Amino acid sequence: MTSLNKSALITGFLMALATSTWAEDVPKPIPFPPTQQGGGMNHMGHENYAHGMHAMETVGDLEISGFYSRETLPNAPVAGGFMTITNNGSTDDRLIAASSDISGRVEIHEMAMENDVMKMRELADGLPIPAGETVELKPGGYHVMFMELNTALIQGDTVSVTLEFEQAGSTTITMPVAARQGGMGHTGHGGHMKHGS
Amino acid sequence: MTNRKYSFVVAGGLAILALFAALWVVLIIPKMNRTAADSLGMGDYALLTTDRTPFTEESLKGTPSAVFFGFTHCPEVCPTTLGDIAGWQAELADQGKELRTYFVTVDPERDTIDMMQEYVSWVPGVLGVSGPEDEIKKAITSFRVYAQKVPLKNGGYTMDHSAFVMLFDNKGRFVQTISYGEQFDSAMKKIDALL
Repeated sequence: MTSLNKSALITGFLMALATSTWAEDVPKPIPFPPTQQGGGMNHMGHENYAHGMHAMETVGDLEISGFYSRETLPNAPVAGGFMTITNNGSTDDRLIAASSDISGRVEIHEMAMENDVMKMRELADGLPIPAGETVELKPGGYHVMFMELNTALIQGDTVSVTLEFEQAGSTTITMPVAARQGGMGHTGHGGHMKHGS
Repeated sequence: MTNRKYSFVVAGGLAILALFAALWVVLIIPKMNRTAADSLGMGDYALLTTDRTPFTEESLKGTPSAVFFGFTHCPEVCPTTLGDIAGWQAELADQGKELRTYFVTVDPERDTIDMMQEYVSWVPGVLGVSGPEDEIKKAITSFRVYAQKVPLKNGGYTMDHSAFVMLFDNKGRFVQTISYGEQFDSAMKKIDALL
């Protein structure tokens, strides 16, 4: 046997030991298998749900557009709201609160995918809207979240949401409810919608 | 070094190698073959499906299945995944097939069987799974998924969790995952290979 073979065998043996140790003594749940996607922040949202939602609302220096929510699943206790906020002024602003009749509370959240793990964080200090910048609240990233929903959201409905900004003050927008996201944008009426085709 | 000594060393080295090789074949290879993949999903968790049938490691056997973990207070990933699954099932229905799918809650505190029943009811082939918190914890460990409770400032909480769908063959062996947001065609290819 050549020395190459020897060292390969020994290396293989050690690796096998390492592998088996890892496999048998996992100390706590790990995200397995390892990530198959980029894993960056806010990169995995699908775009373009907001087509047909051209309404715009202005408050102070802020322009709010493309706002919508989504149809909820049966019994779903929560729903998300999405929009684009542009700060045309020269002062930084911040979305500090939101409220709506449809839910007990509305919170401002950020979602991110890290190594195939979905993480959601409440933005305790609100969402900064820097001067001259546009901030998107979209699936897979920032969103307002309706907690303790007291009604199901059905496609075609509207949701009235009051947004409170640190500088610009308050405004109320009316979000249309769009279809659900996912492999089919329909429920119960046949036909297939294939992603990416 | 004399020739004789040299051959001693060589013989000794070969003997050690032979021992390694034997160990490899007898102990390591079988161990490797039942490492991550084969033990995934195996464990002594005892849960309940929304059909009121038991969900244990035995449930994975007999028919290929898909398993994913989530919760109903999930803003986006879980509804979207269920939507994707509904799309897969619609495609499979054309071939007269269905993929048995388990949606296991990582939030048993809020997700009762009754609550989950309606939540998954609209997707063919999907059963919700819940049970006592310690049994859910066992399942999370057995499937090696990640789930972590994250407090919200108002006293509520949300759950961070693994967002992929795991596929198992008819012997209950883990095959591969479908990532969150994976393209329809790619996902269907994986499912077709299974059924």
